[in-house]
Amino acid sequence: MSRLHRVTIEINGEQVTASIAARVNLIDFIRTEAGFTGSHLGCEHGVCGACTIEVDGAAVRGCLMLAVQADGANVVTVEGLAGMGRAKNLRAAFLAENALQCGYCTPGMLVSALEYIESGESSDRATIRAHMAGNYCRCTGYQAIVDAIAAVIESGEGA
Amino acid sequence: MKPVDFNFERPASLTDALELMSRDDMNVVALAGGQSLLPMMNFRMVRPDILVDLNGLDELRGSEIGPDRARIGAMTRYSDLASNAELMARLPLLASALPHVANSAIRNRGTLGGSIAMADPTTEMPAVMLALGATIRLASRDGERSVAADDFYLGYYESALESGELVIAIDVPTAAPGDAFGFYEVARRRGDRAMAGAAIARRNHEPRIAFFSVSDRPVRGFSAERILGENAASVEAAEGSLKEIDFHGDLHGGPDLKRHLARIVLRRAWAELQP
Ligand SMILES: Cc1cc2nc3c(=O)[nH]c(=O)nc-3n(C[C@H](O)[C@H](O)[C@H](O)COP(=O)(O)OP(=O)(O)OC[C@H]3O[C@@H](n4cnc5c(N)ncnc54)[C@H](O)[C@@H]3O)c2cc1C
Ligand code: FES
Ligand code: FES
Repeated sequence: MSRLHRVTIEINGEQVTASIAARVNLIDFIRTEAGFTGSHLGCEHGVCGACTIEVDGAAVRGCLMLAVQADGANVVTVEGLAGMGRAKNLRAAFLAENALQCGYCTPGMLVSALEYIESGESSDRATIRAHMAGNYCRCTGYQAIVDAIAAVIESGEGA
Repeated sequence: MKPVDFNFERPASLTDALELMSRDDMNVVALAGGQSLLPMMNFRMVRPDILVDLNGLDELRGSEIGPDRARIGAMTRYSDLASNAELMARLPLLASALPHVANSAIRNRGTLGGSIAMADPTTEMPAVMLALGATIRLASRDGERSVAADDFYLGYYESALESGELVIAIDVPTAAPGDAFGFYEVARRRGDRAMAGAAIARRNHEPRIAFFSVSDRPVRGFSAERILGENAASVEAAEGSLKEIDFHGDLHGGPDLKRHLARIVLRRAWAELQP
């Protein structure tokens, strides 16, 4: 057995410390050590985007980062977005446009969409689709997700 | 799936990292962005005894831009490259290719050195470096050496990188007035690995044409380079000359499909060079 690593990560504003094996990925840490179960693991190989979270302000795949690598980092998950009042318009637009059904993909969708909107990109549907191409949804058929993102950008009121 | 249990080291200097990499009694594996390695570990295709995280090595991150070349540190992330406006202005071919590498979340972690070391024949960066005539700088505990991109790629996931060595930087010739560049790839969906692609750099009327995702490594179209160097309009003859490439099929189709796609990506990438 490898040695345990003592890791402290700020997750949604809470300092969470635990002793873990190096092979634990960041999403498993967030779900089991911190109890934030909003972030989902789908494929665990970087393809589906369900695990997309913010680490030090950048959207990343939580399944492709080890928790030990996030020692000292600042992580925001879907719970953090709600808790900090971020992405209010985006969350409202997802509801209004029916941009989710089972909701499994939604935490990752919101983080990827937020990155897109905050970088000041256009509401052009093809450009939105190109940015969101790494987030899979097995329910909605994507139209409604693109509608929601475009609506937020067109409103001009920010995410 | 979850990876096997392993020991984790995060060296604070390149010297320490190279010392760890030199251990030949164990499977020591370098971790850069992790965007290819962690999936392979999750599939248990890679089972490290020791994982050496290079993310603490600030000395390997960032770029220096000289008069006619840029030195890009191996741990520079795709997103660092894309947001470096000066570098992108000097390396327009790299700027055209970067948006095709996976998606934003993967580009926020993945590194240039990781992609070069991975030697995945379907990826953009090795072909771009081949077209630009870049040089790959390697280091081991015993010293440093440089290998031209032309000599670096040996086969599927196989390169001149030897055990105990790390890629430390990539030296890339920058654009001069009059140079022209073209890039085109076919993929099922933006960000997916390419079905085929071409990267072209033309300097002093001499094009270097590199294809990716058509063979077991990035490959140059030498006859096409000669034909288009002599007459920029003879695209059809250049397409015909691609027969010389050793096409390999993949999950998308066999060698015939790759040959067909190579003609298309050559034509479209070449069209980008025309004024
Ligand atoms: C869903 C998905 C889609 C993708 N699509 C694309 C795509 O379209 N195009 C593309 O180019 N890539 C794509 N990738 C791969 C991604 O770009 C990787 O980031 C890249 O191939 C490897 O870079 P890395 O820094 O993540 O390296 P790692 O994954 O950390 O390492 C890759 C390999 O290189 C070795 N290594 C890393 N750095 C060094 C070094 N400095 N010296 C020696 N050895 C080293 C590692 O030991 C490992 O064997 C995709 C990945 C995923 C998950
Ligand atoms: S679980 Fe991370 S991308 Fe699918
Ligand atoms: S809402 Fe079910 S996967 Fe997207």
